[in-house]
Amino acid sequence: MQQVPLLSLITFLPIIGMIIILFLPKNNDKVIKALTLAVTGIQVILGIVIWRFYDYSLGGIYNQATFQFVEKFRWIEIPSVSWLGTIKIDYFLGIDGISAPLILLTAIITFVATLASWNIKTSLKGYFALFLLLDTGMMGVFVSLDFFLFYIFWEVMLLPMYFLIGIWGGPRKEYAAIKFFIYTLLGSVFILLAMIGLYLSATETLADGSKVFTFNMLALMNSENYTHDGILSPLNPNNFRLLAFLALFVGFAIKIPMFPFHTWLPDAHVEAPTAISVILAGVLLKMGTYGILRINYPMFPEITHQLAWWIAMFGMINIIYGALCALAQKDFKKLIAYSSVSHMGFVMLGMASLNTAGISGAVFQMFNHGTITAMLFIIVGIIYDRAHTRGINDFGGLANQMPIYTGFVTIAFFAAIGLPGLSGFISETFVFLGAFHVESIRLITVISTLGILLGAGYMLWTLQRIFLGELNPKWNTLNDLTFREYAMLVPLTIIIIVLGIYPSLMLDLMNSSVNTMVEFLLKSPVSFSGL
Amino acid sequence: MSIEYFLNSLYLIKPEIAVTIFLVLIVLLDLFFSKKNHLLPFFAFLGLLITGYFVIEQFDIKGLAFVTNDSRAMVTVDSFAAFFKTIVVITSLYFVLLTVNSKEMDETHDRRGEYYTLMMGMVLGMFFMISGSDLILLYLSVELVSLSSYVMAGFAKTSERSSEASLKYLIYGALSSGLMLFGISLVYGLTASTNLYELNALIVVSQANSFVLMFALLLIFAGIGYKISAVPFHFWTPDVYEGAPTPVTAYLSVASKAAGFALLIRFIKVSFVFDKDTLGFWSSNPVFNWQDFLIVISVATMTLGNFAALWQKNVKRMLAYSSIAHAGYLLTGLAVLSDTGLIAILVYFAIYLMMNIGAFLIVILIKNKTGSEELDNYDGLGFSMPFLGVSFTIFLISLTGLPPTAGFIGKLYLFMALVDAKMIVLAVIALLNSVVSLYYYIRILKHMFLAKPKENSPKEELSLQQILIVLSLVIPVIFFGLYFSPIVELAKNSILMLGF
Repeated sequence: MQQVPLLSLITFLPIIGMIIILFLPKNNDKVIKALTLAVTGIQVILGIVIWRFYDYSLGGIYNQATFQFVEKFRWIEIPSVSWLGTIKIDYFLGIDGISAPLILLTAIITFVATLASWNIKTSLKGYFALFLLLDTGMMGVFVSLDFFLFYIFWEVMLLPMYFLIGIWGGPRKEYAAIKFFIYTLLGSVFILLAMIGLYLSATETLADGSKVFTFNMLALMNSENYTHDGILSPLNPNNFRLLAFLALFVGFAIKIPMFPFHTWLPDAHVEAPTAISVILAGVLLKMGTYGILRINYPMFPEITHQLAWWIAMFGMINIIYGALCALAQKDFKKLIAYSSVSHMGFVMLGMASLNTAGISGAVFQMFNHGTITAMLFIIVGIIYDRAHTRGINDFGGLANQMPIYTGFVTIAFFAAIGLPGLSGFISETFVFLGAFHVESIRLITVISTLGILLGAGYMLWTLQRIFLGELNPKWNTLNDLTFREYAMLVPLTIIIIVLGIYPSLMLDLMNSSVNTMVEFLLKSPVSFSGL
Repeated sequence: MSIEYFLNSLYLIKPEIAVTIFLVLIVLLDLFFSKKNHLLPFFAFLGLLITGYFVIEQFDIKGLAFVTNDSRAMVTVDSFAAFFKTIVVITSLYFVLLTVNSKEMDETHDRRGEYYTLMMGMVLGMFFMISGSDLILLYLSVELVSLSSYVMAGFAKTSERSSEASLKYLIYGALSSGLMLFGISLVYGLTASTNLYELNALIVVSQANSFVLMFALLLIFAGIGYKISAVPFHFWTPDVYEGAPTPVTAYLSVASKAAGFALLIRFIKVSFVFDKDTLGFWSSNPVFNWQDFLIVISVATMTLGNFAALWQKNVKRMLAYSSIAHAGYLLTGLAVLSDTGLIAILVYFAIYLMMNIGAFLIVILIKNKTGSEELDNYDGLGFSMPFLGVSFTIFLISLTGLPPTAGFIGKLYLFMALVDAKMIVLAVIALLNSVVSLYYYIRILKHMFLAKPKENSPKEELSLQQILIVLSLVIPVIFFGLYFSPIVELAKNSILMLGF
């Protein structure tokens, strides 16, 4: 499979779709929808092909030889600007066990989100063009191994997201859209600053023996590549590595979103159309944690060790704070949004443990949270389409009116709570196993388990208020699921159940990379802090 | 100076000669064939193309023109000058295209002759601002540019705002060029020279009273700062940019700013920098701390520009403040005092040209249909004019500095220069400023795409010519955002400047 540029294909296929859509005449709604569905469908197939040919034994992380589906060629080359060295930027794609699950997730979620976009009525052409652009941005972030390329994809997502929320969103869409944009841009300028600092601190040796500054992520993970006086070089006694770590961390934390940078999330979710909420919760939030794993951890291993306790601490705050906020919500969608904040806290807690169980749990939780929350947002969308309200207290007794729907809701809710047999259980267990194993964050872990209790609280209480009890006669015209809604919910349900029963399917995929990462984090701090 | 020196220098100023010839020709044509004056734009365009050819020729030349003794040259010809002259020529070409496509300028058609004469005069002045190396010549060229632009700003005589703009411009301009002249005279008094190359050594040798010298330099900076609209010499900018006909605004915001920057850079580099190290950092004369001074000015300029733009309700006025902010970003590149910073400025300027002219072009085309530049009248235009809406989006995103547009590359190089010089705080301030700028740029998009369209909002009817002009700016903005080697190569080769 080496000859086929699978990763480029899966990344740029949506752009091709977008261009075709832009050239289609205006009133071709059906063609546009079908085309988008085809594009995202092919992405899913490509994702499965990648999965099928993925070699579970290769670790990735810092070694290019153990990355898979690598595509690397020179993109920009400006020779001999003596004082900046030769500027060269590679088009460098590749995946390992950390990014592979997220590529699968992105493909699945965008496909489901396309189905969820079916009832978009106005300016379809613009909607699906932006949707596909967003798709490319998301895929690109997960496949790029060059920091410059990564940053471009990272930023490409902002504008489509702004318009998707701002044009097709709810009543306060303008506020939500601009808030999202400003927050994430603020985060990404910090990333940009750290990126430039890293670039000017590390060199890569070319084939002819000359040394050039580099954006290559893998080169930036090797302490030997750093120059003596670079501002982010471990060899420089007056370096700014701690600051750079924090800059990157804040940049990514805004996306997670980590308390106290989370305030854009409930607004964005409540105003965004269903499909965009699905993408936002399903994929976009994962980019924050992915960025920390891909960039902060291996490039700053010594500081990662120093600050692991704080990451766990903020993870705990996210878990508890998100859950408490969720308990207080009266809006169904806002409740799910805050439950996202809480569940992303588990990812952070798992990451902070720095051991195999914890990091596996974190990556697995990213995947599971993606599928489960996507399902929850679809569920909210379904009821909102019918009743045009999201007030939890407006409903009651829907179980009799919409029994099949209620069945799916129950599965999704139980998966979110972490019921054994469903995927959420496995990843949360791994997170707690890993975190509990680490002495310094044991107390934090213990407190975090309260989050599960609270989670069960708000989920079950919501289930009770909406589906049990007396049926409000106002709702006795509501229909059960349509074919399109089955098409969205069934695949996600299958994934949730299968991964709950047979988690190795996903764990094997990430296992050797997680091990490589843990090993790398164990041994590299010495070389990074040694002068 | 013998006549031979004079004649031997002529080949070095071919572009200036070409501009002058076309200036005279335009006057004559206007005089004798006034009925056919609709051909004048084509003629001016042709003149600019020929001038541009001579400018491009100069990329490889290094020479001093009108040399009286070893180093006293009036005019310097080097690739640095060629780069900025190219920017001026390209901007002027777009200026002609913008004018032809602007309905606002329709009423001035009987005065086309004057208009293009003034433009050619400005080009001539800017050329000498860019390559002049004597304070007297520089002062004269600044005046030549200013006088032409006062008239241009008020060219739409029937518009009150245009006349008001012209008057304000004149008053502020007269004041600041007076200050500049005073500063030059003080410098001459202290050093007995007005030649930039001589000043470099003389300022140290003369042991001039440092307070007087500092005062003189501040006065000179007032003149230049006024041209590049740096805070606190920016007061004229919003009013003039808003009141002047839009093509003129676009022209002032790019071309005369480019000339001002070229002048400032040459002034600092030739007269104050005496050495540079292997990493390209300049060592400047300790008599005046340009670095700290420029840092203060640049922070003030970008911050004020960006924050003032937040409250604007008129798109042109908003873009005026945005151009102040961009002057601030550019000044940070100069504050680094290094070759890297200089490259960054050149890269940024080439990109700024495309995105800023592009933004003003869209404003013109929209005004042709709606007759307004008020933000409220942009409501829903993104849907009734999709092509202009999308193009405007690309230009504004580029002005904000987001990938994958060229504006990002400009910012990237500036920030790389800052981080390279370990000026982290300045880099952070500039970055936060670009976050602030997003807010007002996106406000335009909010009105265009997020607001409900007004009833009977006009349809987008563009001629093929107009579409091509827009595309000629949109495509490079995207292309150079993804593949920026050509621009950086050009900038890299253009920082070779005569004189150290």
